[in-house]
Parts: sequence; C-alpha cells; structure tokens
Amino acid sequence: MRKIGKGLYIALIMFFLYLPIGFLIVLSFNEGRSMAAWTGFSFHWFEEMFESRMIMDALYNTFTIALGASLAATAIGVLACIGLQAMGYKSRQSLLTLNNIPMLNADIVTGISLMLTFVAFGISLNYETIMFSHICFCIPYVILSVLPKFKEIGDNTFEAALDLGATKTKAFIKVILPEIMPGILSGFLLAFTMSVDDFVITHFTRGAGINTLSTLIYSQVKVGVRPTLYALSTVIFVVILIVLVLTNIISSKREKRRLEL
Amino acid sequence: MYKHRGFALPFIIMIIIGTLVPLCSIVFYGFTDDTGNFTIENFLAMFSEEHIKALIFSVLLALISTFICLILAYPLGLILRKSKLGKSGFVIFIFVLPMWMNFLLRTMAWQVILERNGLLDHFCQFLNIPFVEIINTPFAVVLGMVYDFLPFMILPIYNVLKSMDEGLIEASYDLGAGKFTTLRKVILPLSVPGIISGITMVFVPSLTTFVISNMLGGGKINLIGNIIEQEFTVSANWNLGSGLSFVMMILIVVSMVIFTKLDEDGEVNLL
Repeated sequence: MRKIGKGLYIALIMFFLYLPIGFLIVLSFNEGRSMAAWTGFSFHWFEEMFESRMIMDALYNTFTIALGASLAATAIGVLACIGLQAMGYKSRQSLLTLNNIPMLNADIVTGISLMLTFVAFGISLNYETIMFSHICFCIPYVILSVLPKFKEIGDNTFEAALDLGATKTKAFIKVILPEIMPGILSGFLLAFTMSVDDFVITHFTRGAGINTLSTLIYSQVKVGVRPTLYALSTVIFVVILIVLVLTNIISSKREKRRLEL
Repeated sequence: MYKHRGFALPFIIMIIIGTLVPLCSIVFYGFTDDTGNFTIENFLAMFSEEHIKALIFSVLLALISTFICLILAYPLGLILRKSKLGKSGFVIFIFVLPMWMNFLLRTMAWQVILERNGLLDHFCQFLNIPFVEIINTPFAVVLGMVYDFLPFMILPIYNVLKSMDEGLIEASYDLGAGKFTTLRKVILPLSVPGIISGITMVFVPSLTTFVISNMLGGGKINLIGNIIEQEFTVSANWNLGSGLSFVMMILIVVSMVIFTKLDEDGEVNLL
C-alpha cells in the first residue's frame, strides 16, 4: 500500500512536469492550426519551421553565441584559476566574491546594468554586445567547476615532472591539464547550456533585428504565431533527450570500467 | 611554478568592465534624472503606491511559489532517496530533463493549456462544467513559476538527502525514535543546506520574473519585474528603471544574507 502511494506520488509529479511538453509535441503533428480538434497527422509545421528564415537565423545566432561565449569564458576562467592560486588569501577571496555577483544577481539586473554600460559608452547594441554579456555571465560557472580541481591536485606532480626534465609548458600539458580536464569540460558545458537557455540578459543587450531562439519565441508568442513553435519544441525536446541519454550512457559505462579496475 | 597571478588579468578586466562598471552605471543612472542632475527620486519611487503594491505582490507570489515547490519537492526527495530508481540516477534524469527545455516554450505550453479554447477549456466542455478560467489570474502566474522552477528545488534537496549518512538515521531508530521524530529531528535538520539552496534558486527568479507574469498574466498582473522592464522598453524612463532595479538588487542581497544566516545557524525550526 505504501509502495503504491509512493509510486503514485512520483507519477503525479512526472505527469505535472511532462503533460505540457507532451501536449506541445502532440500539437506539432496536428494538421490544422487550431488546437481544438485533431485534423490529421502531418509534418507540415516542421517543414514550415525549417523553411522559416527567422527561426533558422535565430538558431544560428543562439549556437554561435553559445559556442563563442562558452569557449571564451572557459579560456578566461581556466587562466583565472591558475592566477587565483598565486594570489594571497585576501585578494583571492575578494575576487571570488565579485565573481559570484552575476550568478547570484537577478538576470534582469545583470541585463539592465550591461545595457546601460554599453549605451553610456556609446556602443550600439548588436550581436557583439550579446556575446560579451554572455561571456560575462558564463565565466563564474567555469571558475566554479575548475577551481576545486586545482585544489585537489597540489604541486607535487608538477614539480616531479620538472625534476624529470620536462619544460614548464610540457609539464603543464602532460601533468596538470589531464587532471583538471573534467572540471574544464563540465564548466564549458554548464556555460554553454546557460548561454543557450538565457532570455532575460539577451533581451536587454541585443540589437534591433537580432534574435536568439529565446527572444524570437518571446516575440512570436506575443503576436500569437504558434504552430511552428510547437514543431520547434518537439525538435528541441528530441535533441535534448538524445544528448542526455548519450551522456548518461557514456558516464555509466565509464563508471563501470572504473569499478572493474 | 606555473602559477602566476598575471594569468588572472583577463578575468580581472572582465570583472571590472562586465560587473563593476555595469553596477556603477545602474547606481549612476539611478541617482540622476534625465538632465543628469543628482536626485534620489528614483529610489523613493519604489515607495509610491503603485510600485510598493507591485513589490509586495511579487514577494507574495514568489513566497507562495517557493513554498509550493518545497512541499512538492521534499517528499519526492525522501521517496527517491530510498528507491532503487533514485540510486540508478535514472529518475533524477527524468526530473531534470524538463529543466533543459527552453523555459519560454514551457511557459507557452501552459498558455496553450489554460487559455480560452485551450486544452482545459475543452476538458471542461467534455465534462459539461463551466470553463475554469485561471489564465490571466495570479493563480496562472504561480502555476507557471512552480512549473518552471520546480526542478531547481528538486535537485539540491535530492542531492543533500541522497548523500545523508544512513548510520545517523539508523541510530535514531535504535534510540527509539519513531518515523516522524526521526524525520523532524534528524533528516530535516541535516537537509537544511539543500533546502536553503533550493529556496534561493526558486525565490530569486520568481521574485524578479517578468516573462511568466507577461505570458500567463495577460498584461493584467504587474509584478515588480514587469514594471522595471516596461520602464526600459515602453516608457523609456531609464533613470527610474535603474533606481527600481537597484532597490530590488538590495532586496535580493538582504534575502540572500537571511537565507545563508539560516543555513549557518543550522538550527532553524522548520516545523
């Protein structure tokens, strides 16, 4: 009896989480425009979506910004972690506090503050201002995932590599880099998803006519053009599902291998 | 040694131009009027009737949503902690998956369900009962907040419950405590850090949202986020908007300090 109750509770929450998404997916295959009636199965809205210039442009912007911003944030973040280690306690702590600001602050405040700065310095809002803003809010996530890795490894292995005749660069690449790689990867992925997901900061820092998926969806919903957005939801959901299932399989395989060793 | 403080230079530059200067800009705009003269009007504007009403209403809705998320997520965490499914990581994958979906699309889904001629409307017609119209009401906004931010509550609570030392719980049973006492005296206090981080992750975005209230409130629900956004996009009174955002930022900092204080004391009586 208790077991049934627990199962029911899990099922209810899952129903709550998936019903809206499932509904969008069903609608994306509906022939007609109305959601009142099922008028037949069709890929019609998918065709329209892939032919839509606006959606494809937004998709392109979303991914180039996410890739550029997360790569830049990863580079700056990793370098920052190396630099932070060489600092005294006080300056490191105050820098880390400043680093936390974009993460803790409300997106709307971050977005507005960046926009005001661009405008105050006479920089017109465009693609680059979105990119810069995304780099800013992605850096904290990279530092958060990389810094603990540096704390784990200590200095001994690096010094041993030097004693054995490696140059500083070589020792860093061969000894330090492999150790911090998982942190770099998860930081990069976190930054990437944060960037893809962002709406509010992009909303305030984008130039007229430049859309990411989020801002496009927002303006489309306001106007009430929706069936192509249902198709977009289905595509996004399937892509996320595939990516997450794959990463889950890979990580569980790796776990197994580690246990076997 | 490879460590050199010089490597942090790009980071420090980004902090200065990407965080510090922008914050100063907000303060600067907030303290000046449109002719550039010093004023504190923009901060005091928060206490005008319209704004303070919106602020109180936002805090109220955010508190309600956070509370609902908490009472939905905590039992789920307790169930998943002990279940085989929870250990395999599969269930948590299921509960986190919706979080990756674009939150505007998720909010749009509720719009589609709740609106006139939507799924709910047809369901009501099917049952022959009058349409339960909750779109464009505060209920719809709370529903949207709970839906969008629930995974942010589930994740930290589940994580803290999962890593809890089983020995402590068994010790409590051995010492004669019942199920409820163990929950209240052992499990709950130990899970406070997860609860606190869940609360922060739901409360702050709920308090400051303008998207959810816009999409599910039909422009009738004015939260403080909507008012600030409109100052920038519609009325173009940036000085007022900056003043209001600055006050809101202070409010967030204060609530964060309160939340972390609760965490440090660790002796919050939640029941």
